[in-house]
Amino acid sequence: MTTALSARYGLIRGNLSLRQKRVLWAWSFLAVPIAFYSIIRFWPTLEAFTLSFTDWNLLRPASFVGFDNYIRLANDPLFWQVFRNSAVYLLIGTPVSLVLSFVIAYYLDRVNFMHGFIRALYFLPFLTTAAAMAWVWRWFYQPLPIGVLNGVLTWLGLSQQPFLRSTVQALPAILAPAIWAGLGFQVIIFMAGLRAIPLSYYEAARIDGLSELAILRKITIPLLKPTIVFLVVFSSIGFLRIFDQVYNMTFNDPGGPLNTTKPIVLMIYQTAFKSMEMGYAAAQTVVLFLVLLVVSLIQLRLLKDH
Amino acid sequence: MRLRKIIAGLAFGFSFITANAASAVEIEYWQYVFDTRVKAMDQLIQKFQAANPDIKVKHTTFPYAEYQTKVASAITAGQGPDVVQLFYGWLDGFVSGKLIQPLPKDAFAQDKIEAEFFPIIAAMKRNGEYYGLPTAVRSLALFYNKKLFQTAGLDPNKPPQTIEEFIAAAEKVAKHDSSGNMLSEGFAMDMAGQDHQWWREVLIRQNGGVPYTDNDRKVVYNSEAGLKALQFYVDLQKKLKVGQVGFMDEAQAAFKGGLAAMTIDGTFRLGAFSSIKAFEWGVTELPAMNGVRSNYASYFANAITSKVTGEKLEAAKKFLAYVSSPEAMDIWMKVVGELPARRSAALTSANLADPIYGPFLKGLEYAHTTLFVDEAAQRQTAIDMVNRVLIQNQDPKEALAEAAKAEQAIIDRAAK
Amino acid sequence: MSPNDRSLKARHQAFPIHPGRIFTWTLLFLGGVVMVTPILFMLSTSLKDASQVYDLRLIPEAPSLDNYKVVLSDGRFLRWFLNSVIVAVCVTLSNVFFDSLVGYTLAKFQFRGRYLVFLAILSTLMIPTEMLVIPWYLMASSFGWIDSYWGIMFPGMMTAFGTFLMKQFFETVPDEFLEAARVDGLNEFTIWWRVAMPLVTPALSALAIFTFLGNWTAFFWPLIVTNSRELYTLPIGLSSFAVEQAIQWEMIMTGASLATIPTLIVFLLLQRYIVRGVMLAGLKG
Repeated sequence: MTTALSARYGLIRGNLSLRQKRVLWAWSFLAVPIAFYSIIRFWPTLEAFTLSFTDWNLLRPASFVGFDNYIRLANDPLFWQVFRNSAVYLLIGTPVSLVLSFVIAYYLDRVNFMHGFIRALYFLPFLTTAAAMAWVWRWFYQPLPIGVLNGVLTWLGLSQQPFLRSTVQALPAILAPAIWAGLGFQVIIFMAGLRAIPLSYYEAARIDGLSELAILRKITIPLLKPTIVFLVVFSSIGFLRIFDQVYNMTFNDPGGPLNTTKPIVLMIYQTAFKSMEMGYAAAQTVVLFLVLLVVSLIQLRLLKDH
Repeated sequence: MRLRKIIAGLAFGFSFITANAASAVEIEYWQYVFDTRVKAMDQLIQKFQAANPDIKVKHTTFPYAEYQTKVASAITAGQGPDVVQLFYGWLDGFVSGKLIQPLPKDAFAQDKIEAEFFPIIAAMKRNGEYYGLPTAVRSLALFYNKKLFQTAGLDPNKPPQTIEEFIAAAEKVAKHDSSGNMLSEGFAMDMAGQDHQWWREVLIRQNGGVPYTDNDRKVVYNSEAGLKALQFYVDLQKKLKVGQVGFMDEAQAAFKGGLAAMTIDGTFRLGAFSSIKAFEWGVTELPAMNGVRSNYASYFANAITSKVTGEKLEAAKKFLAYVSSPEAMDIWMKVVGELPARRSAALTSANLADPIYGPFLKGLEYAHTTLFVDEAAQRQTAIDMVNRVLIQNQDPKEALAEAAKAEQAIIDRAAK
Repeated sequence: MSPNDRSLKARHQAFPIHPGRIFTWTLLFLGGVVMVTPILFMLSTSLKDASQVYDLRLIPEAPSLDNYKVVLSDGRFLRWFLNSVIVAVCVTLSNVFFDSLVGYTLAKFQFRGRYLVFLAILSTLMIPTEMLVIPWYLMASSFGWIDSYWGIMFPGMMTAFGTFLMKQFFETVPDEFLEAARVDGLNEFTIWWRVAMPLVTPALSALAIFTFLGNWTAFFWPLIVTNSRELYTLPIGLSSFAVEQAIQWEMIMTGASLATIPTLIVFLLLQRYIVRGVMLAGLKG
């Protein structure tokens, strides 16, 4: 039996052209990964969609409820608050970090003296663990007598600020470490982009008598567009999915005070893993998916325009 | 001759041990992470295993935040614990989800349970069956820093007994700098800690109201009494300036750091506070208001999960019986600081006279137990209510109405 | 061509020196100092005892390693550290192997369905992890993967980003090299492993750095999938430690330092490669 099989196999092999053999190789290389992506990525995606139409909550069997979860979501003021918060994380986080990192990269690129050292200073925060640094920042934001920032403020003769205890200041206070940690990465990417611009362009521009500002506007920024688009997409997705900082900095009142810092991922986490409302949480993940899709498509569109 | 006997004895012992090790039943026990609870349970397991060499208990712990979800998902997947610890307020979910089974009556007779445990055990009964037994119960008390009392000119051995004395003491101890920044609290305010229980089951009742009716399925604190209670609480920060929510991050940190003269906390905090070396502290009953005393009691119970059968069930029964025995309760009280759930083990004259356990035990006699449907979410409504007043300057009356509405919605949703 | 090929010197000749440069340098330097201040504060506080914590001086009056002794004494942090290393290393190895295998196949083989496979894998970039977490959790529950290393690792064993990155790089490998190896009678697997892989080592190191860092700092999924303390990764352990410490800041800072110091050391040793890796991934990604 086995010899017969191997003989047949040998026969088939013998009949295969070189090209067919390579195709076989290709599929055998792809076999495990295709299984992986099917089981770990595509199947769960479908399952998330399916779950979002059920009322499943771990404790009782799921039953189909149509669009109930989505209707509930649309009528849930908390969801809209969370949606707004996520938008604010994105709309403040992305421009601030992009402008800062571009300015730093632009000037750092021209610095020769201790270049590597200064670059390292900016890059180091990128290597920290968000969950760890969240606690450091949380300490900074404490009220007197223990808070570092309030200590500095009162030392300067200013009044102390509530930071994490304020419905207005808490969100930017949580955003700050997120921007801080990502800045180094963006600086490095911008510098790579700047270096990819051929020097001859600058030389030609100088010969034409263009000012530094005009060079920046007419040459540098247009040529950096792919880099800028990449960073905008990358950091937008990052800010939309912020979680670690919020979870750790508002541990006693997650997403508080009064839900003013709660991002969508924290809402998903709480709905699924604290209230056990898996169906409702799945609907929230679908919404997150759609939001990310729209944001990415808009940004890809911008890339296409280029 | 003697030597030979010893050797024979040893050999016999060995074969006994190995034979038992081979046939040992392993059961898994789950509870959430809390340093002293883990320590106490480890001790209990050790003692239990010594007495029952044919049973091995595996002890698994994880954070409170995800505890309930993880228990539910593990059991529905046919895995996880054989004996599980659960908060009394989760029972409805656990029973309707068929996560746990009724206590077998052969080992746990109902009349004995009712005679021997504190009446709050009733929260473990559904459809005529008991589903779990606690090792310990918890109540609240007022912790105070004797050193800060003394420095402020108060008698460290005469803690406040009424709310008027409480306010006077808090005002005397609270310290501010010249620009009005809080430097040291008279009373550590923390709605995310135990203050929400204080407000719900103590302050509201002391003002002549009740928080809920219909077995805690109907929120009724949107009343005169509820408003007075809320006003009293927020005035501690707004008017009297004796406390500040968020000071030192949380109340227990402020108290532990010696920057708060008083805090309301439970028996479960005794372990953590016992490590305080910088000052002496004392415990007293929650202050009376309008001549009324009240308290909030709660407990974690141990239950047998639904998947357990056969020899594992026998082992689980033995283990459950042991962890709710007077001996286990005694160990638990010494390590964790929680009060024994059996009257006879709790109300000993030594315990009642104890300067620390005494006030908690007295509190237990007039304590109420909120039947939460979702403790975290219901607590959140109270946190938000106070934050709306303190941060957003919302009118307490509106804040209260909003909280009542939100909490009722949570209860109604759970009942569906 | 890597962006670092052009030397710094050549660039600087393009920009004339003027006094404003000193001002710029100073500002940049100060900005850099501000950037590392939180890290310095964390490290400095970890060397202080409880009574000095609120003294805001950066240099501790009497620095001591006592906090580290306390934090490390019960072995928890070592265990979490070990868990993080195991998880991050395994996932990184898996990504380096599979992502480059798939990237290579998609870049260098001609077959029907190639584009479809590529698009399918690329499309997973659009699916946020958060959406998969609930199904993953169910999957892990029913297969008994909760609270195991495999449970922490399985979602990240391959990534579309890595595959895409490697495909981009393999496309730059000349076909002649591979043909020559084929003529020598090597099989396709050996050609990939022995001939193609060494040609893309910079990309491999970039992929490895990103994957490692991503898994080292990962929080959301490990938080969900781990139950017992023994299985925590460092970030989860640290977070639970911080809560449990009831806000003893010097202890929390010590824990945070323990989570941060290893990556800082690795960075200081491998700075050049890491920066280059980030640039490569950013440019091609």
